[in-house]
Amino acid sequence: MAIQMLYFAWVREAIGADAETVAPPAEVETIADLVAWLAGRSPGHAAAFAEPDRLRAAIDQDFAGFDAMIAGAREIALFPPVTGG
Amino acid sequence: MRRVCVQAGAFDPGAELARLEALGGGAVASFTGLVRGDGGLVEMRLDHYPAMTTRAMEAIAGEAEGRWPLIGLTVIHRYGPLVPGDRIVFVGTASSHRAAALESCAFLIDWLKTSAPFWKRERFADGREIWVEAKVEDDAAASRWRTGGHPG
Repeated sequence: MAIQMLYFAWVREAIGADAETVAPPAEVETIADLVAWLAGRSPGHAAAFAEPDRLRAAIDQDFAGFDAMIAGAREIALFPPVTGG
Repeated sequence: MRRVCVQAGAFDPGAELARLEALGGGAVASFTGLVRGDGGLVEMRLDHYPAMTTRAMEAIAGEAEGRWPLIGLTVIHRYGPLVPGDRIVFVGTASSHRAAALESCAFLIDWLKTSAPFWKRERFADGREIWVEAKVEDDAAASRWRTGGHPG
């Protein structure tokens, strides 16, 4: 199952890319699982995802918690807490 | 009337207020957020998640419309590079009741801060660049409006 990943703000800078396509194994079921799995892809990913408490997520353009299931997701974004306004 | 805009360019609060006043409700409230030059800040850049931003702002607008009897609502948020004094965000509400206009305006800016996918990066005169950290007090301000569900 291919998922389009999007990264924003310092997450993007740590990874060195604003997007990538990934195909996690079946045992990766939740956002928390996905973050842990992605951390193994490169030192940049490991740095970006070292403190999951500092991350937020969206599945197909809706905010999602770390316990959210990723089955069927087409696009998942990982980013810091938002700071607009 | 609901007007939600995500744009790089400047906006004119006077024109936005006139549009809300023309609806005839009798009560119009607004908030304008501007870039401060504190600490030698020379530029603020706002990144956002284009595919999600408008959708998130429409959801926040819909929440306000569900809670207060509004006849008009305008939310404008800029992205890209901004300098001190530039306007960042505008929220305007129109109603037949002043409390509805004032409260919904406060609600909209509180929720925009915590539930719209924007990120601020600041550059200072000494060359430092930092990503702005989310503030605990912004979460507290947003949560005082929470009655159950929350988009963030």
